Formats: sequence, structure tokens, C-alpha cells
Amino acid sequence: MSEPGRLLAFLIGIIAFAALNAAYLVWVERKGAGHFQRRIGPKEVGPYGLLQPIADGIKLMTKQLIVPEGADAVLFKMAPIMVMVPAIVSFVTIPFAEGLQARNINIGLLMIFAFASVAVLGILIGGWGSRNKYGVISAARVVSQNIAYEVPMLLTVITVVMITRTFDLNAIVNQQMGGFWHWNVFRLTASPLMPVAFLIFFVCMLAETNRAPFDMAEAESELIAGAFTEYSGMGFGVFFMGEYANIVIGACVATILFLGGWDCPLGFLPGVHWFLIKMYLIIFTVVWVRWTFVRTQFYNLLNLSWKILIPISMFNLILTSALLKVF
Amino acid sequence: MSVTVTDPNLETFVLNLGPQHPATHGVLRVKLVMDGEYIVSAEPVLGYIHRMQEKMGENRTYAQFLPNPPRLDYLSALSYNLGYVMAVERAAGIEVPERAEYIRVICTELNRVASHLLWHGAFILDLGGFTPLLYAFDDREQILDLLESVTGARLTYCYFRFGGVYNDVDDDFLAGAKAFVKRMRERLPMYHDLVTNNIILIKRLKDIGFISAEMCRKYGATGPVLRGSGVAYDVRKAEPYSVYSEFDFDIPSYPEGDSYARYRVRMDEIAESLRIIEQACDKIPDGPVRAKVPKTLKPPPGDYYHAVEAARGEFGVRIVSDGTTKAYRMKLRSPSYSNLSLFGEACEGMLLADALALMGSLDLVIPEIDR
Repeated sequence: MSEPGRLLAFLIGIIAFAALNAAYLVWVERKGAGHFQRRIGPKEVGPYGLLQPIADGIKLMTKQLIVPEGADAVLFKMAPIMVMVPAIVSFVTIPFAEGLQARNINIGLLMIFAFASVAVLGILIGGWGSRNKYGVISAARVVSQNIAYEVPMLLTVITVVMITRTFDLNAIVNQQMGGFWHWNVFRLTASPLMPVAFLIFFVCMLAETNRAPFDMAEAESELIAGAFTEYSGMGFGVFFMGEYANIVIGACVATILFLGGWDCPLGFLPGVHWFLIKMYLIIFTVVWVRWTFVRTQFYNLLNLSWKILIPISMFNLILTSALLKVF
Repeated sequence: MSVTVTDPNLETFVLNLGPQHPATHGVLRVKLVMDGEYIVSAEPVLGYIHRMQEKMGENRTYAQFLPNPPRLDYLSALSYNLGYVMAVERAAGIEVPERAEYIRVICTELNRVASHLLWHGAFILDLGGFTPLLYAFDDREQILDLLESVTGARLTYCYFRFGGVYNDVDDDFLAGAKAFVKRMRERLPMYHDLVTNNIILIKRLKDIGFISAEMCRKYGATGPVLRGSGVAYDVRKAEPYSVYSEFDFDIPSYPEGDSYARYRVRMDEIAESLRIIEQACDKIPDGPVRAKVPKTLKPPPGDYYHAVEAARGEFGVRIVSDGTTKAYRMKLRSPSYSNLSLFGEACEGMLLADALALMGSLDLVIPEIDR
């Protein structure tokens, strides 16, 4: 296949993957929440409620997209797209399996984090542009939260990059091949704090994707729906999809950096299956956490980042570089 | 209330919280003057569902007004039913058979537990935790089934009558109440494990939302709000009514005055109510459940007051009788109204999220505030 044809096929595939995941993660979320809460969850539309996301999608698409009076219409309409597009672009460089990657970029990791920061801008201008006080409070929260959590996240990622000596995601996975003891999360010879680093990455991922218990941006008992309060129909739908696409990206990066990508620990079903299994396990944990804990308070959230996560990840970075220098 | 901004560096804006807002649990509106995320001042705006319950009480006969008081607070309806019935009984001088008193206590305490369970779920919901609500509803459902079997209703009960109760309870109900006590005692440690001792919850509530005993006195706050400020005042102990003096139970109180203290007071009250239910089920005597009461009540002219401890605090009924079939003046003193009044003073300078946690810890029921 020619190169443009291959890229086009991957583009369609990625958009389909992102949209399907967004739709069905909502189902997983609702079904999971149902079982955590001793109820059934969606069950009316299709078997096990499996057609529920389609019904929801049709409902959202047929609703009118209302731009509130006095809102900045351009920013208001641009915001959902600015959340969704970077997430889709980030999929380009994710290696799902050997050869199953749209484009191998040698600074792939850097690219993902660059695009992940744009999503925050989307929520910010959405909250600002909708001319709603709750939206503005939410926008202000999102920015300070994301600045606070990007620091420990990137410090952790730098630690991994120092060990692997590459930004190339394909190469990072290839280094971890051959059994789970080669995975970065268990690579205690490089740094004994690697499991802690994984935990920090996971917590930061929750915060970066605005998931509970760090869902400051859409804290519904305080801010109604925060930056999304004024959005109706697909405006809200695209925000929602973008949010889930960001969770998928976060889980993919965690899988690649720490859990060995598509490396198969048990010797059966090699290839893309293991990547998806690991990714969905992380996503399931994200859902689990959401329905277990109460929301943190904003200053506790910032304190956690600046007083605990950043010092630990900084220490880990120094320790790793020292160990690399010695050995 | 007008807010004058004297500091030119202080940029404030007004945030309208409600009347449609997920945290106000009804149609309460709070006008907040905010400085960023901090509250400069707050003013609750009432009256969205005012129904003139007191005026209705003055235009109807005593029996006709009977279903209204439980409609004030739909979550602990039986306490309101009890408060009104006992006030009329005091006015008309009606003696209540002992078995009826025990049935009243059992049902009211079951209703109190149901109310506190719902508060528990809704409060954690205010803090962003969804799951405990459904667990609390699971337990509350058992109480609703029990009360449905004797009162015929699941929410707005009107079971107590002047001189007794509507009809007798059977052994199934008493066995069911005992089984519930056993079940709830097994479930309470789980609530404490999963929710009370959760570190995020403690960080959200501890040392936040301080209400002093002095502030409670100033605004007339009662119930768990007052007991969370260290004053062990409970009408059931202070002025024992019905047969409460026969039971062995404690009044939990915590001196801290923060949201966490109010949380623990209510959780302890569930355990204390279970103790009362258990003792009442064991001690309940046989006998009639309703005294002979004339069809038309004409209390002698005078001024009568009776207060009971509802789930949210002291509920008082004042009846001024002019000797006719209708009250000359019917005053209903509802606890949430006083408890809400202190919100404006208590939340000054707090973060929005903390203020809403404080509001949740007050356990407001809006129809009772607006009456």
C-alpha cells in the first residue's frame, strides 16, 4: 500500500477507535458504576444495554446546539474541537503492536505530551467563552490543576526516558520485551522507585484527564458541570468523547512506558491483545477509583502535587541519574 | 443585605447558587458574593415553595390539619406527625395508652434512622462520592418496607392519631424491626470503614465549616448541628416526652464544631436509635392502641406548646386555642429554618466547595424551611 493510502487507512481507523472507545467507555462506566453500587446499570436498550451508547449518540446529535446569549460564539464552538482533535492526533504515534502504528516518530512521547496540553486550553476557552460564572471558576481550576500535575508527570516521564534513552515509543516497548520482569515498572535495577513512579504517573493521569477524585473542572455538586454547563447536544458530546479519548491516551502511554506495551507475559495471545488488555485494565481502575472516592478539595489537590508528588518524583529523577552514572 | 466593597483591590462578583443547583437539594437559592473561589458573604433566599402551612392550620379543624405537618419534612415525617399530635393531646388533655406510646417511639426512631441514612448518602454525594448513596438506600429500603406495612405509606406517613396510633402493629413488624436492628449493626462498621475513615473525606471535613455553640445559640440551631458544637442538648433527654425516659440511650456530641463532628453525631445517632428500637421492641406492653377521643376536638382556651426531637433538631408546635374546633394560632417551629440561618455567618471566607460541604452537613430539607 502506498504511504498516503496507509496513513488515510490509519486515520479512519484511529477516529473509529477513538469514537468507539468513547462511546463504549461510557457504557463500561455506567455498567461498572451500576455493579459497584449494587444495581444493574443500563439494560433496556439492546442486550445488556449494549446499544445504549448509540441511543445516547442519536439523542445528542438531534439536540440543538445552543450558543448562550452574550457568549463568545467562536471560542464557544471551538472549545470542544480543541479537546477532541489533539486526542485523535496523539493516537498517530501510539504503537498498538509490532507494525501497528500510524507513523513512528522518534520524538513520539514528546509529541503526545505536547498535544495533551492543548486539551486543557480547550476546556479553558470553553469555560471562558460560555459566559457563565461556574464555567469561569472551572476554567481557572483546570489551568492551575493541570500546571500542578504536569510537573510530576513529566518528571516521571523524564526518569523513564533517561533509563530507555529514547523518545521513540516503539523502541521503548522493544526494550521491555521478554517477560514481565523486563517491564519498566519492575526495572528495579535502574531505580528501586520504579513502582512508585508508576503510581505517580497514574495519579497524575487521573488529574490530567480531570477524573474523580480530581474532577475539579466539572465538580457537579459545586459547579453544576463546570466548563460544560452551557453546552448542549453534540457540543457536550464532543467534550465527552474528547475526555474519554484522553483517558485512552493516558492508559496507552502508561502501558507503553511502564507495562511493556504489547509484550505478552503469559505466552499466549501475543501481539495487540495484550496491549489492549493492559490498557483496559488501567481504564477499569480509573473507573473503579471514580466510583469509590469522594472528590478532593482544591487546595488539598494542589498540596498533594506540590508537597508530595513533585518532591518524590524529583528524588526519583536524581536517584535514577545517579544510579545511571554509577553503573 | 447589601455588600459594600471598601477595599478597591477586592474584585467581587455575585454568584447565584440555585434555586436549581445540584447541591441545594431542592429549591433553595443562595446569593453568594464571591472573591474568586472565596465567599465574602452569603444570603439564603427563601420562599420558593412556601405553602402557608401555619395559615392552613388555623383554617382547618385539628383533625383536618393532621396530614399537613408530616409534609413539612418528608424525610422524617413521623417526628412531625408526633410533634403535632402530642401538642394537640396536651391541649385537649388526652391520655395515650402505653402500647401506643411504644409503637410511636419505634416508628419515629426507625424514621430517624431512615432520614439519617438518606442524609449520609446525599452528603457524600455533595462531596462527590456517588456509591455510598446506593448502599444507604439499600438499608433505608428495609425501613420503608417495615413502615409501609404498618402505616400504608412509604414517605409522607401520617400514622399517629390523637390518643394513639391508627392501628396496632403485629408481631411480624416487631420481628422485622429487630431484624433490621441486627442488620444495621452489621452494616454500620462497613460504613465507617469505607466512608468515615476515608482519608479524603477526613481532609474534606475536619477543621472545616466551624460552627460554635455561641453561634448555634444566636440563631437557635438545634439537633445534630448543636450537638456537633459540643452541646449535648436533645429534647428526648432534656424534656422527655412519650416514653423516652424508660430507655437507656446516650446523646452523642462532639466539641469540635466542624463538619466532621456533625457527620459523626449523625452516624452515632443511628446507633443510638437502634438501641432505642431494640429496647422498645423488647418492652412493648399489650393493650389498646387508641384512647377514646371525641369526634370534634375543642381544646379549652389557652396557649400550648410541645416540642419533639426530629431528625434535624427541635420541632415545636404552638397552639393558641380559643375554645373552638380550629386553632386561633398555629405556630410550627421547624429546625432547618434556624439551622440554615447560621449558614451566612458560618461560610464567610470559606471556599465554595467547603461551604457546600458545610451546607450538606446542616442536613437541610427545603419544604420544612419554607413551610
